[in-house]
Amino acid sequence: MNRYELLLRDRCAIDPRIMVLTAENRGHMRSVPPLLGDRFVDVGIAEQTMIGMAAGLAARGRVVVVHALAAFLTLRAFEFIRDDVAIPNLPVIMVGMVPGVLSDGNGPTHQAIDDVGLMRAMPNVGVFCPADEEEYVEGMAELFDNPRPCYVRYIGSQAAYRREHRTTLQRGIVLSDDRECCPDVALLTYGAMVPHVLEAVQQLEQTGVSVRVVHLPMIDPLDETVIIEALHDAAVTVVVEDHLIRSGLYSVVCEIAIRHRIHASLHPIGLSTWFAAGRLPQVLRMNGLDGASIAHRVTEILNDEATIQRTSNGESHAS
Amino acid sequence: MYDRNVCEAHALRVREHILAMSTDGGCFTGASLSCADLLVYLYTSYLNVRPDNLSDPDRDILLLSKGHDVPALYGTFAELGILEPGRLANHLDCNDHIYWHPNRAVPGVEFHSGSLGHLLSVGMGMALSIHLEQRQSRVVVILGDGELNEGSIWEACQVAHSLHLDNLLAIVDRNWFQANMPTEELSPLEPLDEKFRAFGWNVLRVDGHDFDALHSVLPDLPLRNGAPTVLIADTMRGKGVPSIEARADRWFCNFSHDEVRQLTEELHGTSSATLVSPTLTVR
Repeated sequence: MNRYELLLRDRCAIDPRIMVLTAENRGHMRSVPPLLGDRFVDVGIAEQTMIGMAAGLAARGRVVVVHALAAFLTLRAFEFIRDDVAIPNLPVIMVGMVPGVLSDGNGPTHQAIDDVGLMRAMPNVGVFCPADEEEYVEGMAELFDNPRPCYVRYIGSQAAYRREHRTTLQRGIVLSDDRECCPDVALLTYGAMVPHVLEAVQQLEQTGVSVRVVHLPMIDPLDETVIIEALHDAAVTVVVEDHLIRSGLYSVVCEIAIRHRIHASLHPIGLSTWFAAGRLPQVLRMNGLDGASIAHRVTEILNDEATIQRTSNGESHAS
Repeated sequence: MYDRNVCEAHALRVREHILAMSTDGGCFTGASLSCADLLVYLYTSYLNVRPDNLSDPDRDILLLSKGHDVPALYGTFAELGILEPGRLANHLDCNDHIYWHPNRAVPGVEFHSGSLGHLLSVGMGMALSIHLEQRQSRVVVILGDGELNEGSIWEACQVAHSLHLDNLLAIVDRNWFQANMPTEELSPLEPLDEKFRAFGWNVLRVDGHDFDALHSVLPDLPLRNGAPTVLIADTMRGKGVPSIEARADRWFCNFSHDEVRQLTEELHGTSSATLVSPTLTVR
């Protein structure tokens, strides 16, 4: 059994409220159905009905976790999530599978690259984007402890970073900081991008660039403090996400910068449109989201920034 | 406890309430009048719901999925003491919770609606939970016939059958109209019985304005035979008020106070002149 299956087994054993639903998406929890008996329900390929049922179960006092492909969960069932979960604020935890770049060879219909923006736009619904299986399971445990509507980008991968503290859904995590109070660049990221950003950091640091990496597992509610610190401290801030730049974390950080009147050099690395489908390493490379591409783009941004600085200094000397 | 005279007296009052809400902003008058008798029967003679047990886990559940007929529900609640009758005068007042669709903040409303095609699946979740709780409560979902245009209804029908939800009863308010036109002209539903039957449901059909007929079938529903049940209740849009009955253009109505007075006289049979008002709002 994987760690998520163990979590579901253990939580269902101690909390009779929990129900596990899926829209025929059970690859990551194949051993769960016989363990949970009638508290596991597979509705078939019926995302809208699943969300409506989850709301009905939650209205009876249950805590419901539902699973479906992220694209179909957030898009096909969008209005059901809004009307039946978000408006009445019912404790339904919605796990979206193969989000972001993880949809492999499925093509654009299966690419949930707008899911974070869609779910964040909805009042009452949290957005949780863990970086690896451990963080996913720890976050899910916290959601079971304190049930509320939340969209979760599923990830089952091995540890993306060395953990110093248990993940909580309250805080952004500073993964890398060369202890300078003013790094050359702050990289803000989440979810599946974390290992690639960390790979980029290694390359950047070899060229003498100082970097702060902030992983934001919770996009909503967001740890704004850690973002504001990064915007203030770093010469340049870059948001890296496997999501559409419009409506993703980059948009959120722009909102924060404007709201707090922070004049920042703020840049996106993300997706502009649906990506050509293929194997993950090639998808990352072709979309500038692998470690080397991120490092390259950040270097370009820093060079541009330096040029601008030189130009503006030159202008000020001239005047 | 079924008493036809009691039902008829309540239904008349509920229709008065509906007409009273058909002014100063208006409401979905035609759709409300068609299901008034159904709701009166269900709340007086079928559901174990009373003002003093609205949070009892053993109570039956009624969900109004075709939410725009909520004046009939609130009128029924007011008659039966579930809702303080004075609150009906707050219709469309932002300071109260009474608007054109059911609101969970109003006593007796089990789940809000408005967007069509939602509450069959919500009701299924409740029915599943009630089954797991080993309670005998029934879940009744009132569907509009126009609402059956929504694909989510048929998706839910498929799942309800697969889950053997035999504590679930869907009732179709078959008033033969959707917003702007007869159902059979826009997207024909008949043979509706056969459609539900093909999805594995138990199907019954009844005159939705005949209390005795309702009482002859409903006490045995839903059939507890491992499949969900649907009761198709044939009704008439605008039932009880000839100026509104079976007219495509009397779905959403916002009448003047004088017109409401005249329509109320029509309802009581003291005025036979039909209203030719052009003050109709068709959405």
